[in-house]
Amino acid sequence: MRRLSLTNVVALGLGLAFLYAPIAILIIYSFNASRLVTVWGGWSLRWYAALAGDRAMIEAALASLGVAAVSAALATMLGTMAAVALTRLRFRGRTPFAAMIYAPLVMPEVITGLSLLLLFVAVSLDRGFLTIIIAHTTLTMCFVTVVVQSRLAGFDRSLEEAAMDLGCPPGRTFFAITLPLIAPAVVAGFLLAFSLSLDDLVVASFTTGPGATTLPIRIYSEVRLGVKPEINAVCTIFIAVVAVAVVAASLIEKGRNGKTA
Amino acid sequence: MMIGSLERPRDPGRALSPGARLVVAAPYLWLAAFFLVPFLIVLKISLSETAIAVPPYTPVLDLAAGLEGVRNFIAGLSFANYVTLAGDNLYIFSYLKSLKVAAIATALLLACGIPLAYAMARAPRRAQPLLVMLVVLPFWTSFLIRVYAWVNILQHDGLLNQALLGLGLTAEPLTWLATDTAVYIGLVYSYLPFMVLPLYASFEKQDETLLEAAADLGCPRWKAFFVVTLPLAARGIAAGALLCFVPIVGEFVVPDLLGGSRSAMIGQTLWTEFFANKDWPVASAVAVVLLALLMAPIALYQHLQTRDLQASGTEGRR
Repeated sequence: MRRLSLTNVVALGLGLAFLYAPIAILIIYSFNASRLVTVWGGWSLRWYAALAGDRAMIEAALASLGVAAVSAALATMLGTMAAVALTRLRFRGRTPFAAMIYAPLVMPEVITGLSLLLLFVAVSLDRGFLTIIIAHTTLTMCFVTVVVQSRLAGFDRSLEEAAMDLGCPPGRTFFAITLPLIAPAVVAGFLLAFSLSLDDLVVASFTTGPGATTLPIRIYSEVRLGVKPEINAVCTIFIAVVAVAVVAASLIEKGRNGKTA
Repeated sequence: MMIGSLERPRDPGRALSPGARLVVAAPYLWLAAFFLVPFLIVLKISLSETAIAVPPYTPVLDLAAGLEGVRNFIAGLSFANYVTLAGDNLYIFSYLKSLKVAAIATALLLACGIPLAYAMARAPRRAQPLLVMLVVLPFWTSFLIRVYAWVNILQHDGLLNQALLGLGLTAEPLTWLATDTAVYIGLVYSYLPFMVLPLYASFEKQDETLLEAAADLGCPRWKAFFVVTLPLAARGIAAGALLCFVPIVGEFVVPDLLGGSRSAMIGQTLWTEFFANKDWPVASAVAVVLLALLMAPIALYQHLQTRDLQASGTEGRR
């Protein structure tokens, strides 16, 4: 058993405290009874009750979930295809293709948002949920590709080769052998795309139209005016949902690995 | 070499099967339509002039007018927006400020990320997946929420000032919000997972016997860290630094919510030109210049990614 040196323990402790303290504070203050966000007035659920009556916020949350579900599904399909193309197929134009996959990962969001908006205006596509979905699919599919690609590059190809040597056509080999093996990465890619879409403010602000307000756009317009206890409550619910989903996903994957190992 | 094995190994000139062709074509066409073409449009509009019209720029390419339309269109293009950018200190300061903030934030991220990632890689093997998850978990919660959480802490009567006053470290509340310090705190906080994960991956791969060898030869541990561990992690350091630096240059949310209004970063300038001033051509020119500035670091990042992929591909085949 390896032992951590004191420096390493301190680094871990400080690092994790730095990552979690602000979120913990936000969660605690969402249960604050006082309207003044900085004065502690005892525990209360009043901001959650206020939230239940805030129709605009609820509609924005539902809209965000819808956009995230559709765009993550599309991004998972396209991103997995791109990953297969990059790791398994040889084709002309591979280099520009790879460049288009990696560029959106680091591209500043303001540029992506502006350029997509100008495209939608140029082809006079009305801005709304459809344009946000297209934008989010483009933004998130590259993350799916990176996640799936590392799994495809890492696993033993002799299984695929054996299937094809036995006469299984490539398409069927993919669905019978490859897809089950990379399934955890595909699921992880979907969840990543979903959470990125749910989270995005900048690209959505550029590509949205009248009537299409997502949760981050709504939260941002409130937050600009200062801290409000209702927003702490919205954020806490958001964090709880994400935390439960991530922990559940990792437990599912652990269970699968445990069975197969 | 990576040779496709879903397709049988063959001479590269041969055509792919219809199914394989679809697998390549669908994402390729999607990215061409929604990633590449939009940039060409941005480039074109950056050469246009602002107009009070829908869309608010001129010239508009009129394909219905045939060759005459194309000729009018080309004659209407101008570099006026770029001249505006070069002649106005507002834009130049904005670019310089963004590069400065991104460079300092990346340095701070390295200073925080390296000890954390190293400690993770040195932790007992069984604890490492848990530690990775603990670092990644905040990344899954909203970026906007994590930045907003700091507003709670840094505002005038926020918790940080309350704590400092309570401990008697300061006699009166300090201004944190709307300062560069707040921007750096927010940037380090939101980008830390992007820095830690590539660093952890390269620390974790290292052979520990190298450190033992260094110790046997009389090298103290702290020195071994600098002469053995860090140089071996150079690729991870480069990947983490680029993964943070490039998006931070164009960052909007963090400086907008935590920073002051006195000097804007370029992402904010672009946002203002577009949303407040409705000057689409100037906003496009700002984006084109920003992209030109970031071209070299983006290309470097792609180069590292492709090499990594090829390395892991050959490992998988062994």
